[in-house]
Amino acid sequence: MSDATQNHADLAPSTGAKFRQRTLPILIFVAIILAIPMTDPSRTMLTLIHQMAINIVFALAYNMLLGKGGMLSFGHAVYFGLGGYFCMHVMNWIEEGSGIWGSYPTFFLPVMGFVAGGLAAAVIGSFSCRRAGTTFAMISLGVAELVFSGAFMFDSLFGGEQGINGDRMNGPEVFGLSMGPMQDIYWFMAFWTVVGIVAMYAFTRTPLGRLSEATRDNPQRVQFIGYNPTRVRWLVFTISGAFAGLAGGMSAVNYEIFTPEALSLIPSGFVLIMAYVGGITYFAGPIMGAILLTYMSSMMSDFTEAWLLYLGLMFVIIVMYAPRGIAGIVFGFWDGLRGAQSGEFLKRTLIQLAGCLLMLLGLIVLVEVSIRWSNGWGEVFEPYGMHFGHDSILTWIVIVVPIVAGAAILRYLGREKEEMPA
Amino acid sequence: MTAPALSLKNLSKSFGPAQIINDVNLDIAKGERHAIIGPNGAGKSTLFNLISGLYTPTSGTVSLNGTLISGVPPHEINRMGLSRSFQVSNIFANMTVRENVRCGVLHSLGQGYSFWKSVTSSKAVQEKTFEVLEHCALVDKANTPAALLPYADQRALEIAITIAGGANVILLDEPTAGMSHSETDRAVELIRKSSEGKTLVIVEHDMGVIFDLADRISVLVYGEIIASAPPSEIRGDPKVREAYLGDEALPEETA
Repeated sequence: MSDATQNHADLAPSTGAKFRQRTLPILIFVAIILAIPMTDPSRTMLTLIHQMAINIVFALAYNMLLGKGGMLSFGHAVYFGLGGYFCMHVMNWIEEGSGIWGSYPTFFLPVMGFVAGGLAAAVIGSFSCRRAGTTFAMISLGVAELVFSGAFMFDSLFGGEQGINGDRMNGPEVFGLSMGPMQDIYWFMAFWTVVGIVAMYAFTRTPLGRLSEATRDNPQRVQFIGYNPTRVRWLVFTISGAFAGLAGGMSAVNYEIFTPEALSLIPSGFVLIMAYVGGITYFAGPIMGAILLTYMSSMMSDFTEAWLLYLGLMFVIIVMYAPRGIAGIVFGFWDGLRGAQSGEFLKRTLIQLAGCLLMLLGLIVLVEVSIRWSNGWGEVFEPYGMHFGHDSILTWIVIVVPIVAGAAILRYLGREKEEMPA
Repeated sequence: MTAPALSLKNLSKSFGPAQIINDVNLDIAKGERHAIIGPNGAGKSTLFNLISGLYTPTSGTVSLNGTLISGVPPHEINRMGLSRSFQVSNIFANMTVRENVRCGVLHSLGQGYSFWKSVTSSKAVQEKTFEVLEHCALVDKANTPAALLPYADQRALEIAITIAGGANVILLDEPTAGMSHSETDRAVELIRKSSEGKTLVIVEHDMGVIFDLADRISVLVYGEIIASAPPSEIRGDPKVREAYLGDEALPEETA
């Protein structure tokens, strides 16, 4: 029984806990953003960082639907793309200086993307959000196909295959940024990424944000606390579309071009993978996923032509063995280290890691040897001066032994865990 | 005379050829604790679904405080002051107990669908949430994820969400199903406390609970109400004995 002195304030997290869980992470993030220019990053690095910023906002917007709202969309790039396209048009209106647009700063283009993405999502969501689950997923897929093919028909709006391009260096300057050099764009990206993250985190703390989670868990019960689950879904969908449009606006300023590809199923699938690999049950998950996958997609293609295959493998493995994603692994590891049996936990984790690395080693050799064999150009996989021909028995030993050994280690660990008393 | 809290008129519901509810007429007065009993498959849950708006009647009407509510969507019926619980725990499993209850109080305190202010900004919401948690003895478990609660506490949370919005007509669907004796006693106390000054409609299998709580009992058999009377009369009604209860099932009058 509770005593009389208790009140509602006792249930809320303490000020210290709030600071650690909410304020500190964003301060660290801002510190990293401020520190990056001091390392004098190369142009390649900056390009990569800008793409990461766009993807962070896009993946978080997507996770509003998937993680917090329980709505699986296969076509969220539609709102990213429509937001971005509208920004391209605005960019050109700014250049022409027509009407009020002449005095609109390019820096604030993402606001236009936000509005356009939100409007598009509000219209499409009005019929797609009636039901969740499979129905919603199928409608999202259909709408994505529809908009993508429509984009090739309406040339004046979407610019056909060439898309629409523009020049970001027009309109009034704000914060002393001419928006020309990449360093200026860096601050533009930093500003909108922080705004996006803070706004989307704040959303999870609002009544609608909470109702979104309630609707995900149990739409029937939501009806009996006085809310219409369809309306909750529609509002969340609209806001998620708006933030996707914001990311589209960031992309428009960054690349100064938008093509119909941006509306297609490929970016829609990619954002799903980013959010899921990062971990949809954590707010920070999609941020991690966006950073990792953006890095992989731009850097791994330098190392191997089979990088898409690795990406797919990673997605499948995460779905099957680590459904809470990278954030789940990171936070799980952190909790384990701080737990009672941290030594035991660390030992287990290291053995597990060794097993995974062994399997990965075998797998990489398998993929690299196979792809060269299949290409038929007589190329041979020769890492670090070693020679792995597909006709050499040694190659196949190097493939099979680590995979079997790694699998055996993981299997053994799995068994041992089952036998441990709970 | 004021309108009854709930009034069912010639209410029928069929699924295809199967007639589940057949011409039910029932008035439940304000402040009454009314129990609905009947054998498995009699249509008790269907009746609840009709009243709470989950199903639309095939024919007939349901009125809440004199206002027609048949055909009105469930969330609007809820806003008019009718709340219900479910036979199977129907909670927000991935949220904490406190968040579950807080979702339940949001609408009644005018929070609407707002997304421009924090859920913690309204002091009234926090206080009401705490009050409901305290009422249902869930304060100690406030920050536990709902899915991890023991069964009896999940049932208490089910009731907590049901009463959180302050509805004055409360429908409880088998609130003590699957509970031990001591747990049942606690649940009955909670129900009694929660329904004070309100109208309660309860479906229950535990005859002890029914005869303890109810002012009036309706017996539903094959979708028809064969008797509706105070417990003392139900006990003696030969029709009820024959159709449903069986002599040994009735608690002794002296008990």
